[in-house]
Parts: sequence; C-alpha cells; structure tokens
Amino acid sequence: MTARIRRMQLSGPVLAAGMAALSLILPETAHSAGLSSPFPSWPGWQEILRVLTLQDYNTRVVVIGTTLLGMAAGLVGTFLLLRKRALLSDALSHATLPGIAIAFILMTLLGGDGKNLLGLIAGAAFFSVLGTASVILIQRYSRLKDDAALGIVLSSYFGLGIALLGIATRMEAGNAAGLTSFIYGKTASMLLMDALLIAGAALASALFCILFFKEFALICFDGEYAASQGWPVTRLDFLMMTLAVVVTVIGLQAVGLILVVALLIIPPSAARFWTHNLRHMLWISGAFGAVSGLVGSGMSALMANLPAGAVIVLTASMVFLVSMILGSARGLLKTGLERRRLQRKIARENLLRALYEWIESCSGDADAASCILEEVPIEAMLARRSWTSAELRGTLHRLAAEGLVRRESPETCALTPEGWTAARRVVRNHRLWEAYLITRADIAPGQVDWGADEIEHILDPEMIQTLEKMLPETPVDAVPESPHPIAPPQGAV
Amino acid sequence: MEWTFIDTWIVVTAMLSAMSCALLGNYLVLRRMSMMGDAISHAVLPGLAIAFILTGSRESLPMLLGATIVGVLTTFLVQAVVKLSGLDKGASMGVIFTTLFALGLILIRQAADHVDLDPGCVLYGAIELTPLDVIPLFGMEIPQAAVTNAAMLAVNLAFVLVFYKELKITSFDPALATTIGINASVMHYILMTLVAATAIASFESVGSILVIAMLIIPGAAAHLLTDRLWLLLVLSLVIAAMCAVLGHVSAITVPVWFGFRDTSTAGMMAVAAGGIFLAAFLFAPRYGLVSRMIRQGALALKIVKDDVMGLLYRFEEVAPDDAGALGIEELKDALEGGASVRLAVWDLLRTKRIRRRAGGFALTDTGLGESAGIIRSHRLWESYLCGKMRYCMASVHASAHRLEHVTDPAMQAELDRAVGHPVRDPHDKKIPD
Repeated sequence: MTARIRRMQLSGPVLAAGMAALSLILPETAHSAGLSSPFPSWPGWQEILRVLTLQDYNTRVVVIGTTLLGMAAGLVGTFLLLRKRALLSDALSHATLPGIAIAFILMTLLGGDGKNLLGLIAGAAFFSVLGTASVILIQRYSRLKDDAALGIVLSSYFGLGIALLGIATRMEAGNAAGLTSFIYGKTASMLLMDALLIAGAALASALFCILFFKEFALICFDGEYAASQGWPVTRLDFLMMTLAVVVTVIGLQAVGLILVVALLIIPPSAARFWTHNLRHMLWISGAFGAVSGLVGSGMSALMANLPAGAVIVLTASMVFLVSMILGSARGLLKTGLERRRLQRKIARENLLRALYEWIESCSGDADAASCILEEVPIEAMLARRSWTSAELRGTLHRLAAEGLVRRESPETCALTPEGWTAARRVVRNHRLWEAYLITRADIAPGQVDWGADEIEHILDPEMIQTLEKMLPETPVDAVPESPHPIAPPQGAV
Repeated sequence: MEWTFIDTWIVVTAMLSAMSCALLGNYLVLRRMSMMGDAISHAVLPGLAIAFILTGSRESLPMLLGATIVGVLTTFLVQAVVKLSGLDKGASMGVIFTTLFALGLILIRQAADHVDLDPGCVLYGAIELTPLDVIPLFGMEIPQAAVTNAAMLAVNLAFVLVFYKELKITSFDPALATTIGINASVMHYILMTLVAATAIASFESVGSILVIAMLIIPGAAAHLLTDRLWLLLVLSLVIAAMCAVLGHVSAITVPVWFGFRDTSTAGMMAVAAGGIFLAAFLFAPRYGLVSRMIRQGALALKIVKDDVMGLLYRFEEVAPDDAGALGIEELKDALEGGASVRLAVWDLLRTKRIRRRAGGFALTDTGLGESAGIIRSHRLWESYLCGKMRYCMASVHASAHRLEHVTDPAMQAELDRAVGHPVRDPHDKKIPD
C-alpha cells in the first residue's frame, strides 16, 4: 500500500485532486481564512469594446467558435426537444468520455500526439454513437423505461471514461493533463484549427437542419403518420441523432461534456415561448444559442476568473428565464394576462346574467321599465354565485366604468338601459344553449344550466346564428323563458 | 495484487455508499424518475459551493445542509417549470440541472482562490484517500467516510422499513395512495430529500456524477431479475455490494493486465455496475434478452416439430402403400422452412419419434401416437370453429393450425364434448382417437 501511495504522489494532478477532496471532508480550520471578494472586478469600457469588436486575435477565434457552436446547437436542439429526446443528449455527451480517453491512450501508445483534436473527436463520436445505440437497445429489449435506460448508459459510460482517464493520467508516456478540460470545457485553449473545425461542423449541421426541415418537422410531430406515408423514419432519426452527436463532440472542448447538453436544450426551450411556428422557433433558437455563445465567451474573456462554458450556459439560462416570463406566445405574462382577461369577461357576463335574472324574478314582466330601474341589493348578488365580495365589487366597478351599471348607493346597484341590452344578450345566449341541450342533446332541463354556464362565454355571433336556425321556435328578438326554476331572489323586498 | 487493510476499508466504504444509494434508487427506477437522480446529483454542486463561501470552511454539516436544500429545490424548480411552461419533464430537468451545475462551477472557481476545492473530486470522488482520514470509534480507527455512509445507510434503511407500505403504494399507484389517505407528494419530497442527502454523503466515495450509477443501476438490474418488491430491495443491495468489491478489485488488477497502473475505483464501480446490468439484461431468467430468445426459439422449434409430425401423419393417411417416403427436401418445401426444419427432423430422430425409411422419414409408434394427438386437436378445432361458431371459410384451416399447438389434453376432451364426439371433420377427414 505504501508503494501505491508513493505511486499516487508521483502523479501530481491526481494527488492534488485527492488532497482537495480529503481536505473538503476534514473539519479543517487552517483554511477558514476570510474571503475578501470572491467575485472578479468589472472590466472597463475599452476592454468590452475590444472584445465586442473582435480586435484581439485570441478572443476573435474563441468568440466566433462559440457563437457558431451555439447557433448549431440551437438549431439541432429544436428538433431534439420536439422529438422529446432532450435528455438523450445528456446520455450521449457523457458517453463521449471513454472515447476521448481511449483515443488518447491509443494515439500515445502508437507514438503520436495524444491530444490530436481530430483523433479525440473521432473517439468521442464513436462512443457517443455506441451510447445512443445502447440506450435504444435497453429501451427496446428490456422492461425498463426510457429514463432508467438513459441513467444506466450515462453513468456506466461516464464511469468507464473516468477509469480510462485514471489509466491515461498514470501512463508514463504522454501528458494527459488537460484531458479533463473535456469534462468542464476550456474555451480559452481553443486554437484557430479548433475554431475552424467547429465552424465547419456547425455550418454543416445548420445546413442539414434547413435541408431536412420538412422531414424533421414531420417526424417530430407525428412519427407514425410519417412512417405510414412511406418516409424513412429510422434513417431520418439516425440523421437527427448524428447531427446531435456532431454538435456534442465539437462542443466538448468549448463547454465540456456535462454542459454541452445545456446548449442543446435551453435555447430551443426558450424559443418555444416566443412562437407557435416551428420555422420561427428554429431561427429564434439558433439566434439564442449564438447570443449565448457570444455573450458567454465574451464575458469570460473580459473577466479572468470565469469559466467560459459555465458562463455560456448561464447566459442561455438567463435568456430562458426572460423568455419564460416575457415570451410573446407562451410567456407567463402573456398567458397570465389572457387568463385574467378571460376571467374578467366571465365574471362580467355572470354578473349581468345574475342581475337580469334577479330583475326578471322580481316582477312577472321583466321588460317592465320599473323593474329595469330597480335597485338590486349587492347582498342578493353575492348569494347567487360563489364569488367573494371583493370579486363582486371589482366586477361591479368595471361594469359601472363601462356605463352598464349605475351605483346610487354602496349597497345597491342597477342596470342602465345599455346594461339591460347587454344582459339580455348574455341571458339569451345562455338560454339558447339550454334549449339546444334540451331539444338536441336530450339533457334533462334540470341539468342544462351548468353546461350552458360554461359555454355561454365563448359563443360567437356565428354560433348564435346557427343555434337560432336550429331552434326555429325561439322568438327572434326576445329572451326565451328559462327552462328551469331560477334560484329565488334572496334579499328581495 | 497486494491487498492491505486500506483496500479493505476502501471496499467497505464503497459498499456502504453504494448500498445506501441503491436502496433509494429502487424507488426512483420504479417511479420512472431515474433522471431526477441524475439532475439532483449534478445540481447539488452550487449547494456545496455556497456552503463553502458562507461558512468559509469545509465542515460536513453545512455542506450536507446546503446540498440537500439545493437538491430539493431542484425537484421543486423542475416541477414549477413543467407546470408553468408546459415543457416536457426531460427538457425541464435539462434546463434546471445544467443551470445549477454551471452556477456551481462558477462559484467553485470563485471560491477556489480561498478554499481548496476541486470540481473534479466533487464529480468523481477520491475514495482511494478516504481510509487516510480516520476517527476513533469503539476503540478502533474507522475512516470517517465509512461512518458517514453507514449512518446514511441506516437512515435510508429505517425510512424504507418504516414506510415500506406507503412507499410501495405511492410508487405503484399514487392515485390509490391518495384515496386511502397517504400523501403521495409528502412521500415524494421525503424521498427526494434523502436522495439529495445520500448523494452528498456518497460524493466523497464515488463522486456526485457516479452516484447516479449506484442510484439507478443496481435497482434497474434487480428489476430485471424479480417482480417482488422486497426481493428487489434485497437484490439491489447485493448488487450494490458486488459493484463495490468488483469495482475496487478490477481497479487495481485489470489495468495491470494491459501493462498500465491501477485506476479510479469509483469509475470501475460504475463499469462493474454496467457489467452486472448487461449480464442481467442478457441472462435474467424471465426478462433477459437471451433467455427470452431461447424460450422463443424452443417454442418455435416445438411448433416446427409438431408440423413435421403432422405432415408425416397426413401423408401416411392418404398415401398409397407403395408410395415412397417424404424426404427432407419435401418437408422443407411443404413447411416453407430451411434450417429450422432440418433441426426439427434431427431432434425428432434423436428422440425416436420418426425414423428413416426408403430415402425419407416415417413416424415411429411414439411419433404416431403424438402426431395423432396433434391432428385430433386440429380437426376438433376445425369442427368446433365451423360447427359451433359458423366459421367455415377456407382460413379455418389456418386458425386450427395455430390453435393445435397450444391445445392440451383437457382442452381437447372439452372440445370433443362441445362438438358432440364427431368422427369426421368438416373436410370429411377422419378424426383420430
């Protein structure tokens, strides 16, 4: 054992990592030094300008490389997301590690440069295809569900990678330091050759996304239909996964294998909030990916202590957060406002109908002018539905602002002539639908109120015309009788 | 291979951590939440980092607390994104855990100037060094990591034993659980909290990324071996322990065979787990791929054998006495098979159901009895389908042909009774006794 410990001491990086782990667990006091400021200082405007205008050769290479990578990942990720394969990319990227390690060991043993990028990428690509195939095999031939298959492949391949890296770092020949940068990414080490490789691969995968747009869209939305129409679904799926593999392996160096999956998932997820159109989503997702790459690598170039991969991912996450809130198609703000508008419309129509029904039952003749002007106690309205006092008063307030309701005193309200017309329309729609349910759908009169209550708010004029045609016995310009007794007007004088 | 007490402690620590992971992992696999284990094990990174930055030290308790909070937060956030945005669960997990992981990497990089913290050791552990950090207990020097993991295993074991019934019902039928008064979401969050805590307790031995191997693989492999829950739990514990032993032994021996030095035990544990899963995937008695193929092959062979015997019976029934015998080529043509027919004939010859005769094959007495049974089933079925079910099309032969292979004597007697003991079938062929 002492011999093994000595061996460990020989291998510097391993020991360093190990000691760090050890000290991490030890209730250590020596290091509890005060933290001055853990965050880097902000760069000046001139530096920002230098990076943004790509004046620096190194920065130029890195920024262009990551921007193109982000774009390609955004494009390919769109289809993965819609095909519900987002997490497959996670298994696929973890599976690259043994490929990298084996490629390094083989190239070193054969006397070549162990860190030849093309060789490492070839190894990574081979193993990620193997990993994908394993996931599919487990899903198809065992009783385990998709998620377990992903977890099994991801962790056992990653474990194999760690074991092989352990061998590689302890080899006498070759220098394996820096191989771990494939796990976390190390953008700063990107050379012109790497950037060119990324650019070429990114442009190629973008081109494929555009060329096969129709086919990919079809298998994303209805794979079985595509198969029945004679499309080669398996081959198209394979092409899609190949594009994902390409983006993953070229992204390894920039953002690392754990975070490259973020570039495939987050931009399309964010783009989804802005549009319902797939073609637009594709472009927005590509743009979001590019912006994340640009801003992320720019920021890490400006601030010394920021790992680029992580900053790129966090930029994408910010884009996601903003999109989730502000998105013009599915953003929370938009859907929230729409929901509120609908709720207010429903409350308004419910109140109008409640007022009409109260007035209707107050006298035998609802259209009598005296009844229209009658003051309705708010207490009575409160009892008619399960709305709170605050909701009811808010709705009344809005109706008064529209000029549909008069407020003489805080405890009562009355319909104006305009309000009366609007209320008649609402009640008429309600009763038309009730009549339809009774005559055409054969539903008992006692049960139609609830069904009509749901649908009256979304009946459009065209629908009303159709209903009128189907129910010729209904008078054209009058409110039909209610087919069921209306709750007695509580609080009526 | 030189084995010392240090190796023993490594294996014991690895075993304890693998077993505590596997116990909870069973429920993740059953609830189809395996990838939640993955998400949590990635996402605890910022929890660790924040605990460091806030306390400025590496004490275990704040780290455990910080990581557990972030772990539970992860499940909350994933569910919030699913609910608010309508993204599918996988994508939501992807968004949340990569974001948290990226945040953790940045925080660690910031803290690294002040505290020795290496993301590598958080990700894939340093179990080789755990025996060096010992605390005295019961008059012995026991590695701290072993104590931590043993405690975690005890907590998880207590949880699983106390809430065995509740966990079982909520895992298999959450709706039923709710109707009988078990709060499924409370169970869910307790489970998630324990998964996060276990991930932290284990990260120094197997590392936070490889925790997922120990969480999912033993449970998944056990799931292929049994349908009983208690046996599943026991098997997963056994598999986890095997992973630890195999992992460490192969870490110090396998690379040496290829002329390398030893390698990472944690990595080899995941590989061992993958290997055990592969074995279960292929050879599990009931659900294994190879076992299923063998069963299907045996059934297919039985059907071909039945068909060969049936064909010989029908041939002998109608052929004049001086006709030759059916040869292998005729059998192949009639049954539209190749190697399968040859194999069936070989097996029938071996079991003395048919014999060679004049350039072909003929039934032996045993074979004659068995094939008469098959033909009897076939013709009774035809009589039944046509007589009782008014299904007299030409395809009645094909239907009877499929059914004859799965008809046992009791069913045959019942059929005979149902169609009134006929002597001849609808094709006017004699039904053998």
